[in-house]
Amino acid sequence: MTIETVDTQPKPNLLNDPKVRAVIAQIVVVVLFVSFVSYIVSNTAVNLEKLGIKAGFEFLGLQAGFMPTSPNFNLTGFDVSKDTHLDVFYLGLVNTILVSVLGIIAATIVGFFFGVLRLSSNPLLRFVAAAYIEGTRNIPLLLQILVWYFAVLLALPGVKQSINIGDMFFLNLRYLVIPAPIFEDGFGYVVTAIIVGIVATVFMVRWARKRQEKTGEQFPVVLAGLGLIIGLPVVTLFAVGVPLSWDIPALKGFNFQGGVQVISQLTALFLALTFYTGAFIAENVRAGILAVSHGQTEASYALGLRPNRTMSLIVIPQALRVIIPPVTSQYLNLAKNSSLAIAIGYPELVNVFMGISLNQTGKAIEIIGMTMGVYLTISLLISMFMNWYNKRVALVER
Amino acid sequence: MSKAFVRTEFHPDLPPPASESGPIAWLRHNLFSTWYNSLATFFVLYLAWLVIPPVLDWALFSAVWEANNYKECKAGGTGACWGMIDKRFDLFMYGFYKAEDHWRPNLAIIVFIIAMLPVLFDKLPGRRMCAMFLILGYPAFTVALIRGPIEMSSFNSTMGIALWVVAFVAAAYWGHHNAKKFNAVQSGIGYAIAYIILFIVFIAWGMGLTPTETDTYGGLMLTVMLAGVGIAVALPLGILLALGRRANSMPIVQMLCIGFIEIVRSVPLISVLFMAQFMLPLFMPEGIKFDNVMRALVGFSLFAAAYMAEVVRGGLQAIPKGQFEAADSLGLNFYLNMRLIVLPQALKIVIPGIVSTFIGLFKDTSLVSIIALADLLLVAKQSYTDSNWLGLEHTAYVFIAIIYFCICFSMSRYSMYLEQKLHTGHKR
Repeated sequence: MTIETVDTQPKPNLLNDPKVRAVIAQIVVVVLFVSFVSYIVSNTAVNLEKLGIKAGFEFLGLQAGFMPTSPNFNLTGFDVSKDTHLDVFYLGLVNTILVSVLGIIAATIVGFFFGVLRLSSNPLLRFVAAAYIEGTRNIPLLLQILVWYFAVLLALPGVKQSINIGDMFFLNLRYLVIPAPIFEDGFGYVVTAIIVGIVATVFMVRWARKRQEKTGEQFPVVLAGLGLIIGLPVVTLFAVGVPLSWDIPALKGFNFQGGVQVISQLTALFLALTFYTGAFIAENVRAGILAVSHGQTEASYALGLRPNRTMSLIVIPQALRVIIPPVTSQYLNLAKNSSLAIAIGYPELVNVFMGISLNQTGKAIEIIGMTMGVYLTISLLISMFMNWYNKRVALVER
Repeated sequence: MSKAFVRTEFHPDLPPPASESGPIAWLRHNLFSTWYNSLATFFVLYLAWLVIPPVLDWALFSAVWEANNYKECKAGGTGACWGMIDKRFDLFMYGFYKAEDHWRPNLAIIVFIIAMLPVLFDKLPGRRMCAMFLILGYPAFTVALIRGPIEMSSFNSTMGIALWVVAFVAAAYWGHHNAKKFNAVQSGIGYAIAYIILFIVFIAWGMGLTPTETDTYGGLMLTVMLAGVGIAVALPLGILLALGRRANSMPIVQMLCIGFIEIVRSVPLISVLFMAQFMLPLFMPEGIKFDNVMRALVGFSLFAAAYMAEVVRGGLQAIPKGQFEAADSLGLNFYLNMRLIVLPQALKIVIPGIVSTFIGLFKDTSLVSIIALADLLLVAKQSYTDSNWLGLEHTAYVFIAIIYFCICFSMSRYSMYLEQKLHTGHKR
């Protein structure tokens, strides 16, 4: 009897089934999306035809015919008489990576320094750190780049009146010139020594950890590691008779000869990116250290650990877990923000490729696509690293 | 017989030793507690002595307050040339927007501040009404006020007007009809369409003002407009994207949302703006033309939406699963679940995140100067390259830096205040 009542229940409307609804909704979305894309594609095709532009990547093989960088700052050896748009792309990519790597290293140092300074017990130091952080965080980066370039570096004296720093470094409104190292025969031994030192340190750290787990005895890992990585190459350097000399720049005529010329655009961009990103990293560092509860420190003291070991074994590992993810995304921001160099003419990817090459060839879709692809790849690589790291340091819970 | 000594009255409390109380103790404990701390203190004081007097001298004592060109500035003093700011103040604020129309952006900003006050500080009355006005009425009001009427061909014929009226009545009736049947989704759609029609009609009417050209917009007005429109578009779009990203039952929708968010977030804003500048005109059919400001707005809003989506997703993830399940078991459908249960909680959590995204957005508006929109930064740059005011980059940059700093810093303080107010429950 009860079975009958179940059978006579009205069949539910198919539209009320969440699964059916999800499928229908997705079909609608796909249809809308596809028609939107095809609408855009057909419009673009019509517009391109009207403008007489052919789509395709052949332009990469054409001679660029312009000099994207100053002749004294030409890392890829760009040759204006024969190099193509692909070489422009390559030059821009190298310059983007150069300023990003330099900026990331410097911003990390600045950020950690001011982050710790902001937690100092000295209110004056705290105020200095807070003033720096709030001042740089609340002013647009582009404005800071322009200030460094137009108001600070371009206000320096001219080439002939360069500021002389110890007869080695010369600073003027166009560039900073620094001595260049010249590697002679036998420098290969020193490089080998550095590699050997790093590999030996890795093995030493593993061995020391195992020994400590077995016997409880500690090994002075830091000291021995420094000895291996720095001491060994220095000893080798002197053992093979210092196969290294410096090309000291000197003023000859209207320009400097010798040394490496760091153009002002790079200096300005580097300083602005460093201090801007450094302020954000400082906030992350501060938050990370504050996130380690005071109970951890107290528990560590109760176990009898000394303050410096408490710091290195208890506080810093836990703080790093909080600090690293936001800091990685700051690194990513720095790499992306290096594109603002277009405002001061540093020859990086967006400036030379998306700016000049695009204007010359008119291949908007291809060039913008390639440029975005580069940043997409960088960001994917960084986020892959971040996920790997997060998994490594994530709290293991029950 | 020995006498016992019993103390009957207590000795009055002695003041703490002079070295442990008052300002001297504070100095000893905070500034000179160790030798390196003392060293740091003296170093900072030396730094202050080195920096502050020249800065004050430049900004105040040697500054020139009235001048007609850079020569008078150079002659008047070695400091800042505030005379330039005074002479070019209108350019800094409104760009080339016509002087007789300056009251329009002024009125828009005054109305905004008055309506915003009850929303920001809950001691004032009328919060709900002001919020409703800001969300529904204010955008149309401001667009009409600043832009003036926008020419639309369909309003020229009686046929076109009739179509608009019919569409509005139908949408409103459909919304009202479904609201009576408690069909939230369909009534929502109906009312939304009716609202959009009203919005379009309102900005086409433009409150009967004279129309203005978008390429005259500039200065702080353009900066604020870009940020305002950016956030107004980004917030609803960001919520939709965040919901789409979490829609596990619809993998295709999820994929599209993730793709959009991740691609936009991993490329620099300048490339998005370039794309809007160079590719948007290619995407459009013949005859439809976007002016420069519109193109920048489109690129900027899409960029902001991707960031907003991630902020909102953070809030959605913080809502315990029990809330979703409880709403489901009450029989609420997806729309009501979101509107009544999930979004009010999630958005409340992420208000500080939204504010800080907005600060980032506000700073990022300066990038439009690269694609030649006359925002605050470009106006400053034009000022010191003007033949009348050559070589005054310090004054121009410091002036706009102060403007940016004041706006961003006050917003970040407000966000901290909010964070404290909203997190009372979790405080140790």
